[in-house]
Amino acid sequence: MGLTGLDIFKQLPKKNCGECGVPTCLAFAMKLAQKQASLDQCPYVSDEAKTALEGASAPPIKLVTIGEGDRKLELGNETVLFRHEEQFYHPTGIAVLVDASLSEEEIEARIKAVGEVSFERVGQILTLDAVAISGEGDAFVKAAGIAAEKSAVPIILINEDPDTMGKALQTAAAKRPLICGATDENLEAMAALAKEHNCPLVVRGKDIEGLAALSEKAQAAGAADLVLDSGARTTGAVLQNETIIRRAALRKRFRPFGFPTITFTQSEDPSEEVLEASTYIAKYAGIVVLQRMEPWQLLTLVTVRQNIYTDPQKPIQVAEGIYQIGTPDENSPVLVTTNFSLTYFTVEGDVEASKVPSWAVVVDTEGTSVLTAWAAEKFTAEVIAAKVKEFGVGDKVKHRKLIIPGHVAVLSGKLEEELGYEWKVLVGPRESSGIPSFLRSSWPG
Amino acid sequence: MPFEMPVEKWASTVNEVTIGATSEEGGTRTSTVTVGGDTTLPFLDFEGKSPNRPVVAMEVLDMPPDEWPSPLEDALGKVCRDPAAWARMCVDEVGADLICLRLVGAHPERGDRSPEECAETVKTVLEAVGVPLIIWGCGDADKDNEIMPRCSEAAAGENCLLGSAVQDNYKTITAACMADGHKLITEAPLDINIQKQVNILTTDMGLDPSRIIMYQSTGGLGYGMEYAYSIMERTRLAALGGDKMLSMPMLAQVGSEAWRAKEARAPEEEAPQWGPVSERGVIWEATTANCFLHGGTHILVMWHPRAAQLLRKTIDSLVSQES
Repeated sequence: MGLTGLDIFKQLPKKNCGECGVPTCLAFAMKLAQKQASLDQCPYVSDEAKTALEGASAPPIKLVTIGEGDRKLELGNETVLFRHEEQFYHPTGIAVLVDASLSEEEIEARIKAVGEVSFERVGQILTLDAVAISGEGDAFVKAAGIAAEKSAVPIILINEDPDTMGKALQTAAAKRPLICGATDENLEAMAALAKEHNCPLVVRGKDIEGLAALSEKAQAAGAADLVLDSGARTTGAVLQNETIIRRAALRKRFRPFGFPTITFTQSEDPSEEVLEASTYIAKYAGIVVLQRMEPWQLLTLVTVRQNIYTDPQKPIQVAEGIYQIGTPDENSPVLVTTNFSLTYFTVEGDVEASKVPSWAVVVDTEGTSVLTAWAAEKFTAEVIAAKVKEFGVGDKVKHRKLIIPGHVAVLSGKLEEELGYEWKVLVGPRESSGIPSFLRSSWPG
Repeated sequence: MPFEMPVEKWASTVNEVTIGATSEEGGTRTSTVTVGGDTTLPFLDFEGKSPNRPVVAMEVLDMPPDEWPSPLEDALGKVCRDPAAWARMCVDEVGADLICLRLVGAHPERGDRSPEECAETVKTVLEAVGVPLIIWGCGDADKDNEIMPRCSEAAAGENCLLGSAVQDNYKTITAACMADGHKLITEAPLDINIQKQVNILTTDMGLDPSRIIMYQSTGGLGYGMEYAYSIMERTRLAALGGDKMLSMPMLAQVGSEAWRAKEARAPEEEAPQWGPVSERGVIWEATTANCFLHGGTHILVMWHPRAAQLLRKTIDSLVSQES
């Protein structure tokens, strides 16, 4: 809920000088409201107006950066409560705890392992985002030093003693770690460290009201980049607090909650830990700190995050090309489909179920399904014929038969013509679920 | 800056629907299941009530798949050729709230079982367990129109949940459902407008909206989960906003979808970087279900006993607040 054009107009000088590039102050105000212009473009705006407008036009949830370099972690700047309203922008950072009481070798190995985790799904590389060093005293300071030197990913420093944290920051501050963190007991000292080292700071409230008060105090003490911890540690309470924080920031413009959040899994069972973490990923957590890092846990969680943070307007696509489903040979059927990931996955699954190894010709339709692509002229006889030639489909198989989706049966004549009548076009089922019976009954045609 | 709880004022509630009938109610069930009635989004008891917790239905197939991934074979291999034994195991060992009997064996390309055989299976499962039953056809429209009226009749008075009515094929099952005192699943292919349309079509036949459960189709984790998730969220918001034709409780087919994923099925030799399939398949199913809980689903149809148990524990942790 930003300001309307009229709210902004009231604060402008109303000179209609045009120096900002638009003819009138009202038109400029409208552009500001749509975030298509910046207040700096007006040479005559008063300082009071500037303060008022900048305060109101700042993003409701501040963008907070942890770490530096290629793998820095950016959180916040979210604009909606539900992904279908727009999209979620900054995926939940997944961090793994490193216990400072481990041996030096173990600490180093774990830090290295976190940095190296990588899964590929539908063309995206999915990785982890941070190591969270936790412990007491000298062991903590030492582990923070190892992380600062060796970690490929940003660092979260978990310790609530300001002296210890101060020592750790002497080596680690240059990496811009997340200081975790400030409580009612240590706020002044922790906020001073955050300010001195220009590092983001976690504030943990006793409860939701306590968090609001602490957030204001931390800002007043000069800690500009905060990460919020509501203090709740049971899944249901965390979920509720995450919702309250996000709603208050977006719907009420409640400034103390205008920051990303951090959550910590508590489950003793590794499977329950995954469910707990996936709840936090779905419901607004900026960071989730895991206790464990089993590959099956991480694969599941990076996939949840990928799904939830996908732009609903831009469907996930698979790369165009010719794909093998099973181990097809020169006599195997060739099916044509689109590159909308769900379309392709469905076809792939149904071909696998048919137990008939096949080739799939995947045409780039900008991630649209068969009917949508056909209606938008992205899945025409010309396009398909060009791709069949480009991908060298004729070199893969001896036969000359192409199976097209039943929904575009209308293309078959034209497609045969475009392919110089070298190929016979077979019309497959309208729904992918019909593929197994189609292949079993109609192939080899 | 004073803090004020950001509580939303919702205009309406999700319908409340009961499945199953005890002897006092003209059936033979030993328990019934009530879902819906929510006055807020899932698990937000600071602003509203969800009087009934989400429930776990275990799926029983009248004919098992030709091959299961190993974790399912290990868990279900011994019972999966006997629907009654399978259903009993789900109730006794997993604590299933409902059994979802899917009559896949009726499909012309599977067993092509007759309406009489299907009705017999329904009776067998009804006798084997006391929990309410979901009875789902095979997905072939013509065949379902033959078997579902017979199955409905065989379970008359039991207040089962019958599936499913779709846009192009809803009349036969809706009529059977009304005649025999059951509840109905209306189904749409991940499309909220078609979902609403099926609800309008079936209620136009005289079915009370309070007898409908919606199934909007499901994508497993990594395979379209987010589409189903967002459609559920939009539907729940529509219900709370007062759209009476989207106010029915929702169901998700979790097991059958989650276990299609490579990540759930692939043996460790094929994907050593993913860890043991014994953990992976179960967590893939349980996590898919967990996401749908947050989307607002009321009935989750599960396959693996351990995934169902994990889901139940998660529901426990979400409904019992410390606040």
